[in-house]
Amino acid sequence: MEKRAIFSSRTLPYLLLLPQMAITIIFFYWPASQAIWQSFLMEDAFGMSSEFVGFENYRLLFEQPEYYRAMVTTIIFSSFVALFSLACSLLLATQADKNLRGGETYKTLLIWPYAVAPAIAGVLWIFMFHPTMGTLSRPIRVIGIDWNPMLNGTHAMILLILSATWKQISYNFLFFLAGLQAIPKSVIEAAAIDGSGPLRRFWTIIFPLLSPTTFFLIVVNIVYVFFDTFGIIDAVTGGGPAGQTTTLVYKVYADGRLGGDLGGSAAQSVILMIIVIALTAIQFRYVERKVQY
Amino acid sequence: MAGVTLDTVRKIYAGNVEAVKGVSLGIKDGSFCVLVGPSGCGKSTLLRMIAGLETISGGAVKIGDRVVNEVEPSDRDIAMVFQNYALYPHMSVYDNMAYGLKNRGTPKPEIEKRVKEAARILAIENFLERKPRQLSGGQRQRVAMGRAIVRKPQVFLFDEPLSNLDAKLRVQMRVEIKRLQRALGVTSIYVTHDQVEAMTLSDQLVVMSGGQIEQVGTPSEVYRRPETRFVATFIGSPPMNILPGKVEGPGRVSVGGQIIAVTDMRDGLAPGTAIEVGLRPEDVQAGTAGASALTMDVDFVEELGATQLFHGKVAGADFVVQASTGQIAADAKSLTLTVEPGNVHLFDPQTTKRLGRV
Ligand SMILES: Nc1ncnc2c1ncn2[C@@H]1O[C@H](COP(=O)(O)OP(=O)(O)OP(=O)(O)O)[C@@H](O)[C@H]1O
Ligand SMILES: [Mg+2]
Repeated sequence: MEKRAIFSSRTLPYLLLLPQMAITIIFFYWPASQAIWQSFLMEDAFGMSSEFVGFENYRLLFEQPEYYRAMVTTIIFSSFVALFSLACSLLLATQADKNLRGGETYKTLLIWPYAVAPAIAGVLWIFMFHPTMGTLSRPIRVIGIDWNPMLNGTHAMILLILSATWKQISYNFLFFLAGLQAIPKSVIEAAAIDGSGPLRRFWTIIFPLLSPTTFFLIVVNIVYVFFDTFGIIDAVTGGGPAGQTTTLVYKVYADGRLGGDLGGSAAQSVILMIIVIALTAIQFRYVERKVQY
Repeated sequence: MAGVTLDTVRKIYAGNVEAVKGVSLGIKDGSFCVLVGPSGCGKSTLLRMIAGLETISGGAVKIGDRVVNEVEPSDRDIAMVFQNYALYPHMSVYDNMAYGLKNRGTPKPEIEKRVKEAARILAIENFLERKPRQLSGGQRQRVAMGRAIVRKPQVFLFDEPLSNLDAKLRVQMRVEIKRLQRALGVTSIYVTHDQVEAMTLSDQLVVMSGGQIEQVGTPSEVYRRPETRFVATFIGSPPMNILPGKVEGPGRVSVGGQIIAVTDMRDGLAPGTAIEVGLRPEDVQAGTAGASALTMDVDFVEELGATQLFHGKVAGADFVVQASTGQIAADAKSLTLTVEPGNVHLFDPQTTKRLGRV
């Protein structure tokens, strides 16, 4: 149902909108337009002056093998995190939906990781998996794996995927649990009477009925991995070893902040911005149309 | 086909709620059994125990000769129609009906044959490709029925399947369910709180209250000879009038000083014993004063078209008389009522049990 408030004065509604608009403009539109403008400029080596170069920054960017490598890294990273975090949280949610004793405590505990700041989560995982100090590194070495995320790019990536997944499970869990609870019990019961065992029931009834939630979460998770994992990467690997865990968003930071290439960094931001806008647009269209029952 | 037998079945929910308190019941193969009772009396719980959707806290449920207490719902060979239909929202009507057969590995041509057949019987052939959300309530109801009949189960279970339909459709579907059950001859257990549905559908009527069975019988037995005051007032619309009375002698009671003759009365009741006298609104005749006549002060009249309901008081208790329209002047202030001795029901005020011949 639509709710309408009637304002007697014309200025009041605008006044009420002002804080939100101000925040959006100051923290989103302004930096975004700065980035777009910046991406068309090139600075000299000392950062003293800059000149308009059109799409030169973009052209240079697409000539860098590192950029493609970061793209591949990002795709690997985001697919694994999205897959693992969705799978784990779905499994946990189906268990939590069973009305077991202590279920409430279990749910609350599962939600906690979400409240941990990304950088702190990163540090936490370093403590566990640091090659020399890590509490869990020793048992891994004992079973014969030369565990070293500081030197081995694959190990570093595994560590990143684990910590980013762990961080995102809570969020997905909440949505999956809500989704599961929205499925009428009688539908599940009807399927049970119709001779469908628990596993078959899950794949033929529950999973399809959860698909709007799943689709929403896939997009949210991809956006999360693209952007919000910056803190974790910075804390855990710093993009290394040898740039092997540098994702697109981390490369923006590495090139611009550490490498001093503001124009190239801005061009990358603009591309990322376009990707997210596209993802969000797809999500809205899809969620609104296709997946509604 | 198989009958269903319940042997002192109990259900205790978490928190020590005893929803079903030892129910024993035999349902004959091929018969239509209706469980009726007020909200919360445990009808659904009982049905769900038969379906296997609730664990059984005590006693035994048998389908045919097999005790099914520990058998999974899918292995009980039953089909259930839910109040909210519980159709699979993401599947077409065809797939909804085919699902149970697919799960059991029925060959494709056989599935198609059975679904088409069921769709024809239920007149939903034109909707097979639609999703449930594209159907009206009545059509969804038919699909739910179709899903049950394609499986050719031993027992049909219905939990208030018509209560989400409008009054007209309810009557129509009621007739169809009855016809279908007759044609298929499958043992059916049907839960409702609507006593008209209960009376019209059942071969065997089970009246429940507070987790227990009050009475089992054919609809006319239950109507003619209610075993408790609860059944007397629950079955029949408008409900039976209950008046306070006294035993006068064999076959004679008095209400407000007026003597009434009774056919069905327990022997050996001491004169002067307090007793409750039940008279159905449709069993009393209004007319001129007679030998054993009650006087009713009329408060108001309800018009039902073919009949009129006169509301008022007899001997200080609320009383309703049903009469064909025009039989009694609608502006009558006072009525003189007579009743056939065979239509008088007596109940014990303490135990509320019928005080009829044993
Ligand atoms: N899962 C449950 N846990 C605890 N108590 C329950 C549960 N389900 C039902 N009850 C209780 O058991 C009793 C019987 O419930 P049931 O659903 O069988 O009633 P019903 O006769 O079907 O009523 P209605 O006509 O309203 O559907 C009620 O008092 C109800 O509160
Ligand atoms: Mg019920």
